[in-house]
Amino acid sequence: MDVEALARYWRNRPGKVTGALQALQKEAGYLEENAMNRLAEALEVPLTQLYGVATFFSAFRLEPRGRRHIQVCQGTACHVRGGARIMEKLQRDLGVAPGEVTGDGRFSLEAVRCLGCCGLAPVAVVNDSLHGRLNQARMGRLFRSIEDQDEGTI
Amino acid sequence: MKVRSKSELDELRKKGWECLRPSGGISLVVGMASCGLAAGAEAVYRKAVEIAGRRPGDCRILKTGCLGFCQREPLVEVRTSAGERMVYGPVASSELEGYIEEWSRGIFPDKGKIGPLPPLPPNPPPTASLLSWLPDHPFYKHQVRLASRNCGHIDPEDLAQALALGSYQGLARCLSAHSPEEVLREVKSSGLRGRGGAGYPTGSKWETARNAPGANRYLICNADEGDPGAYMDRSLLEGDPHAILEGMIIGAYATGSRHGLIYVRMEYPLAIERMRHAIEEASSLGFLGEDILGTGFAFDVDIVEGAGAFVSGEETALIAAIEGRMAEPRPRPPYPAIEGLYGCPTIINNVETWANIPMIIENGASWFAGLGTAGSKGTKVFSLVGAVAHTGLVEVPMGTPLRAIVEEIGGGARPGRKLKAVQTGGPSGGCIPAERFDLPVDYESLAAQGSIMGSGGMVVLDDESCMVDIARYFLDFTRSESCGKCTPCREGLDRMLHILENIADGKGTEQDLDRLIDMSLGIKDASLCGLGKSAPNPILTTLNDFRHEYLAHVLDRSCPAGVCKALITYGIDSGACSGCEACAKFCPTGAISGEKDLPHRIEVEKCVKCGACREVCRFEAIRVGAAG
Repeated sequence: MDVEALARYWRNRPGKVTGALQALQKEAGYLEENAMNRLAEALEVPLTQLYGVATFFSAFRLEPRGRRHIQVCQGTACHVRGGARIMEKLQRDLGVAPGEVTGDGRFSLEAVRCLGCCGLAPVAVVNDSLHGRLNQARMGRLFRSIEDQDEGTI
Repeated sequence: MKVRSKSELDELRKKGWECLRPSGGISLVVGMASCGLAAGAEAVYRKAVEIAGRRPGDCRILKTGCLGFCQREPLVEVRTSAGERMVYGPVASSELEGYIEEWSRGIFPDKGKIGPLPPLPPNPPPTASLLSWLPDHPFYKHQVRLASRNCGHIDPEDLAQALALGSYQGLARCLSAHSPEEVLREVKSSGLRGRGGAGYPTGSKWETARNAPGANRYLICNADEGDPGAYMDRSLLEGDPHAILEGMIIGAYATGSRHGLIYVRMEYPLAIERMRHAIEEASSLGFLGEDILGTGFAFDVDIVEGAGAFVSGEETALIAAIEGRMAEPRPRPPYPAIEGLYGCPTIINNVETWANIPMIIENGASWFAGLGTAGSKGTKVFSLVGAVAHTGLVEVPMGTPLRAIVEEIGGGARPGRKLKAVQTGGPSGGCIPAERFDLPVDYESLAAQGSIMGSGGMVVLDDESCMVDIARYFLDFTRSESCGKCTPCREGLDRMLHILENIADGKGTEQDLDRLIDMSLGIKDASLCGLGKSAPNPILTTLNDFRHEYLAHVLDRSCPAGVCKALITYGIDSGACSGCEACAKFCPTGAISGEKDLPHRIEVEKCVKCGACREVCRFEAIRVGAAG
């Protein structure tokens, strides 16, 4: 990818480091080491600062995520309405902790702070699509429908 | 095409009004904010478009933002050419065909009906005014929707509709009839205080920045709504982005700022998309950019996407993030109004604060100051969520008793449950026990209870919520969101969390409670920024009002609410169990056994206390008891 063009676009903009990192991440799905080195140089920002920002904010990943990314909201309303139980179920079923990817690279799990859909708590996002009013049984059904879709495409 | 004259503006308003009010057939307005989408509004919208395609001229489909009543999402409003309006929810896409058939014949079936909205008059209102909501519905009748005035009425992606309801009229009035000093004076005398949490007087902040030396000034809209359990700003951004933009442009005029930024958290992709669209629309009509409305005044707005850090909502941390560094706060003074972004005077206000500005200009400072209490003027948007019958976004005058919000608007506890407390102000706030629900909700009254108004999160807790667990939840949050720069916050919160985890595991002592108070006071005193200074609040308020729950954990090793796993066991009430086997099917560890149609039992050794059985049991036969 053209890291230099990306850096030129962001160099003098507000939010330049987070903006450039987000754009970079959009390409490969994560921040790849070589690209980070090139970005630091092109953006004229010390590599330490780039990694400082990349590891400070929760948006950035230094490793690829699964083909299906599941974000479970852990906001207060979701907590009160059973969000932690949804997360525990997924951890049990997938055998991974939040922030990890399954061995076959199919699924990754993430705990997010608050998706702002508190009125429909508990909520989760599966590959950018929001689902509200979940419980463990509904999460199970949602999960199976994803698996069925995947069967169809593979 | 840039708007240059009043007649051009009126022409656009007329066009917008024609969209809002059907001249023939019916219009369906689908609530398409994130809450609606999470409840399936996209499918409803697609189905509606498909049906409307078969009824040309008879049925139009519109989108809108948040109507506020999340509990009944997906929400659909139907408008007739006679001006009638009726709100329905939840509406399933499978029911839509039948509904449309009846609605188009002027029949409003009772199923799913929430209630009527006052009719839209034949012509647009002459000035920006507040449209009434459902005047007889308990969820709406106490509300005064000022910041959220247009949300749920207009398509946020159609500027003409916003214009029809009076958007940018306040701006036009400012630019044509008032000097910046007059605008500043108006905002100051309105008594508006910051809606992001701290409640600092908005006019004073503007004045400080205006008078600060420097050629360049920045204006920032803080849309990094980080409090978990709060989504007021998201709804405003998604439902009426032009109210925020108009507020910012007026602010820029009053303070002499040339550039504005909206810092939106990345968890709100739809808000970012709609705001981006709104900026483009406003620029193309000449409400933003060079020579705004032909007056020579210039101002532009850009969006900066957040990258996921609670602390970046703190204004100095937010500036650091925009400048390309880690979002670590710095000591104040100097305040950003004197020395902010890139060293320039910077006005930072929250989304809801900006959305209030146009109405203050349109209706006058004294009108605004007539709403609310002596020290807290205007209205406030709250997200009423958690263990309450009607969840949703509500806007009420400051000083409204908590009881009216929770029990009347919110409908009180869910069936069979008992209200325990309301948590206000997010991780920086505290818990108000049900005995004190007569408390007026304003800055001063909440502070006197050791809590804060914060940005407007109201999470209702009932007898199934454990206060130790809630305190631990918030500490876990603030501990992991602490930026780590100052020691009291970084280390102190970690140690406190350790103590609370011990208590929740039944390993705590009574001395731990005193230790928690000591540490809380130290962290409040010694932390650098608001995150650390307020992080102990949830612990202090729960220890004060719910000490008996802590004592049950440390003395009796029991969790009265049945939440803390180490202290509970699951069992089946054989009298209530029908033997339907639903629980046994869902149990992830095969801990439930029994014969069909006969009472089942749980093997305690195999049970992981996930609660799946309780979620699926239709006979309330799963009981949570004390461990051991």
